[in-house]
Order: sequence, then structure tokens, then C-alpha cells
Amino acid sequence: MKAKGRVFKYKDNVDTDVIIPARYLNSSDPKELATHCMEDIDKDFIKNVKDGDIIVAEKNFGCGSSREHAPIAIKAAGVSCVIAETFARIFYRNAINIGLPIIECKEAAHGIEAGDEVEIDFDSGVITNRTKGTEFKGQAFPEFMQKIIKSEGLINYINSN
Amino acid sequence: MGMTMTQKILAAHAGLESVKAGDLIEARLDLVLGNDITSPVAIKEMTKFNKEGVFDKDKIALVMDHFIPNKDIKSAEHCKCVREFACAHDITNYFDVGQMGIEHALLPEQGLTVAGDVIIGADSHTCTYGALGAFSTGVGSTDMAAGMATGKAWFKVPSAIKFNIVGKPGKWVSGKDLILHIIGMIGVDGALYKSMEFVGEGIKNLTMDDRFTIANMAIEAGGKNGIFPVDDIAIEYMKEHSKRDFVVYEADADAEYDEEYTIDLSTLKSTVSFPHLPENTKTIDEVGEVTIDQSVIGSCTNGRIQDLREAAEILKGKKVAKNVRCIVIPATQKIYLQAVREGLIETFIEAGAVVSTPTCGPCLGGYMGILAAGERCVATTNRNFVGRMGHVDSEVYLASPAVAAASAITGKISSPDEL
Repeated sequence: MKAKGRVFKYKDNVDTDVIIPARYLNSSDPKELATHCMEDIDKDFIKNVKDGDIIVAEKNFGCGSSREHAPIAIKAAGVSCVIAETFARIFYRNAINIGLPIIECKEAAHGIEAGDEVEIDFDSGVITNRTKGTEFKGQAFPEFMQKIIKSEGLINYINSN
Repeated sequence: MGMTMTQKILAAHAGLESVKAGDLIEARLDLVLGNDITSPVAIKEMTKFNKEGVFDKDKIALVMDHFIPNKDIKSAEHCKCVREFACAHDITNYFDVGQMGIEHALLPEQGLTVAGDVIIGADSHTCTYGALGAFSTGVGSTDMAAGMATGKAWFKVPSAIKFNIVGKPGKWVSGKDLILHIIGMIGVDGALYKSMEFVGEGIKNLTMDDRFTIANMAIEAGGKNGIFPVDDIAIEYMKEHSKRDFVVYEADADAEYDEEYTIDLSTLKSTVSFPHLPENTKTIDEVGEVTIDQSVIGSCTNGRIQDLREAAEILKGKKVAKNVRCIVIPATQKIYLQAVREGLIETFIEAGAVVSTPTCGPCLGGYMGILAAGERCVATTNRNFVGRMGHVDSEVYLASPAVAAASAITGKISSPDEL
């Protein structure tokens, strides 16, 4: 499995309230949630994001509420992977469970800038910055996590096993 | 190597003699919780399962509390979805308007959470029940769905940070001040993936309501859970509220901790978290002149009877400042009724505050006290992120009920001692 896209870059402690503000949580429709994704931190995100694009952030990405609507909104917006130095634990779990690939990699989080073209190989965990010609080694995705992602989430994965 | 209190509870629920930090385990669940925002997503996931039904209709709690009573048509549709699911599966602990309260105040009051339990909830403040010596942690809707279907969840066993609490707090210093102090000290990711274990002779000087507040905000330091030893105060609370048997676990003497801190309650001052992170703390004497437009007293963090009593003691015979809206939200129907009987509600209304039915409402910017651009609110809630209570250009300052009440009177962030 691979992902390739242009980078949207954020700093520390991107919380789930800015990923998807609670005023939109009266919906659980992924497409509708996606239209408000990152709205309170980056108004232009949803206008500019294209299928396959990548979010790169620094420490504690996804902190705060347990709302699964946060990774759902990011995934439905077309994002193919989130790279961060660290993730808040509930967000980490939720992202895997709904089939949104995420990778912790401190070096990549600091060595990638907004607008860079980045490619990720989930089998090896290698993150390549095509724009800058640099390469980072993140965690490889264990096979079962790749299967959850391919199955579009934990429940389908459980059913198929 | 010895185990921490959290590790012992997890080992017992995984059927293992011992576990260590980093182990991946599958644990039996005593309770699975969801609310009106997270349950509809979980219910949708449940329909994908090959397996029909829930693992145990008595071990699921569905609490309608975030946008309740329904704030709009979409919220009403969400609640209807959960109500129909609860009826179809004969869920014992379904709480709707009339019985409901804010989930993390309601469940201990209903006796559904006791020492030794393993609890998951699709709400990040599920860590509250650690106050009673349970392992409880927030998860997302998919984990909730899997928990409802199978009665099990997988966990990575956490390492722990030990907080040794000594001394006795001064007047107007509460559990809120202690947890804000800790978050200020270790940061919003200071306990990422870890347990926060509170021990020490000072624990006896913290009431159950103080402990609920402290465990509630473990997530605000990134913690997986917060947990207290089970002492006479906790046992008395459980005997009063629950018919369930509880199991007392204690950390081994040789348990290992990543870090240890000692905090003397007698040295703590009223503490305020400035926008836009709970870690941006200042003691009340460092706050300076911060005028406010609104004061919110309530939430799963601070909507319990002790919180209302403190606020009423300060507001009694006083008036809320002109141009300040003071919103008081008792966390459950029982707390609300008790506050009526004790005359607290009369005090609030006479002071010029409004009192709302239980709801999470303003804490997450849902309704019942949304802020306009440029407005400031001092709140007893738990998060002050950008846009948390309304407009992205509004500000939330987190504080204790005593500070929120005093600030409502003066119109600026104030200590009760300034009145």
C-alpha cells in the first residue's frame, strides 16, 4: 500500500474541536462532516484539499474529545494519510478503527513543509519528500492494520476474519 | 516486577496473572457507555456486524446529554436513532430527558461504576470513574460498537505517572485547582498513553466530588486513565449509591513508575487556564485584569452538588455584574433537585444567574451559552480550545466553581477572597 499527495502542515496540539467543531456533530454523515473539516484552524483547507493529499503535524495531533467524527471527516475529505510526531491516544485508535492511515515520525513531522509532495510506503514505513529529495523512516504498518485499512474499518475486518 | 493499580485491574480482566507496560491484551468489560453524539455512529457500525444483538443489555449505558433536550432537528434524529436501538435491544440503562444527567456525573450516582471495573465509553471524559478505583477510558464509536457486540476490548497496557498528594487544601482551593495545576506542570501531552495514579495521605482531604473532577481531566494531560486508591470515602460513596459488589486493587509496593511528583495541597492557589490550552495555567494572583462576558458553572467536570454549594455560598446575597451572563447547570436531575431543596437554585436566581436543565450544552459549543466573536467566558468546564464554546475568536478561561462564581459578581476573573 502507498499514499501520495501534497502536504497540509500544522503545528502542536491540533485538537478534535478544530478538526470538526462540535456545532456540526448533529450530523454523522461523512460527506457533510468533511465540508467542515479543519474549518476553525484553516478555512481554506476544504477548498484546496484534493484526493490523496496528506496532513503533517507536530505533537499530540487529535487531542481532546473522543469524537470519531474527526478521523471520519479527514478521511472523507480525501486525505490519504496523517503524519505526526505524536498522536493523542483516542484519535490514534479511532483512525485505525475507521481505516485512516496514520504514522508517527518525528523527523518527518519537522522535515516536511506545507505544499511538499510526499509519498508513503506503508509496507516499509518509508516517507519520501519528493519536493526536497529527503527520506524518513516511520513505523511500518503491521499486516493486520493494513487489512483493517483495506477493509475500510475494524468492523468489516472482524467480519471477514 | 510489581504492577500498578491500573495494571492489576487490566490483568484480572484479561485473565492473566500479570501484565507489564506495552503488553497488548484483550479485556472483559463491565460497562460500555455512549452518548447522543457518539452512539449513532456506533449503532451504524453495529449494523455491519455479522453477529446480532448486544453482549449484555445490563452492561451498556446510553446517556442522552450533549445536545439534550434536542437543540435542533438533526439532534432529535440522533436521539431517535439511539432511543429506537435502546428499545429494540431492551437496554436497561438508557437515560433520556427526565432521567438523564451529564453521563460522568450520572453513572456513579446511579451506582453503575464501582471499584475494580473495566469501563470504556465513547466520550473522552470516561476517565472520571477512576475516582472510585475503576479502570475507565475514552474510546471512539467503533470501539464502542465492538464493545457492545462482544463485551471485550483490546488495550495496550499503560505505564504510569505517580502523583503523591500530601497536605490539606485551603479555603476555596478544590480538586479543579489541583488538576489544572498538574496539567500546567506536565502539559497537555504530559501523560500521553499513560495512567495517572494519585496516592498519598493528602487524598483523605479530597472529597469524592473533588476526585471525580481530578480523574475527569486526566485526558486533558493526554492520560489514558486517572485512578485513586479505594479508601473509606470511596467505599462510603459506593455503598450509598450502588448495589454492585466492588473489588479493591492496590498497586504493588515495587510497582514501577515513569515519573513521580509530590504535590502539597496546602501550597496550591486557585488556578486558571488561559486560552487556548488547559496547560496555559496561572495562579489567581498572576491573572491580572481579565474582564468577562459570561460565567458557566456546570459540566461533567464541575456540575456536582459540592460545586453548586460553593458557587451559591459566594453568590448568596450578591448580584451578577451588569453585562455578565452567569449560567448554572446542575449535572443530573438528582443534583438539581437537591440544589432546589437546599435553596441553592433560589440563591442563583436571586443573584441574576440562569439555571438550566442538565446538559453538556455550552462546554462543547453545542448550545445554551454560545459565545460571539471577541467574547470571554470563565468556565468550570474542561477545555478551552479555539472555538470550543462558540466563535473562533472567543476565549474560554478554565477555573473552579469558586472562581467562576466570584468572577460573575465582579465581571472580571477574580478570587472569592477579593469580594
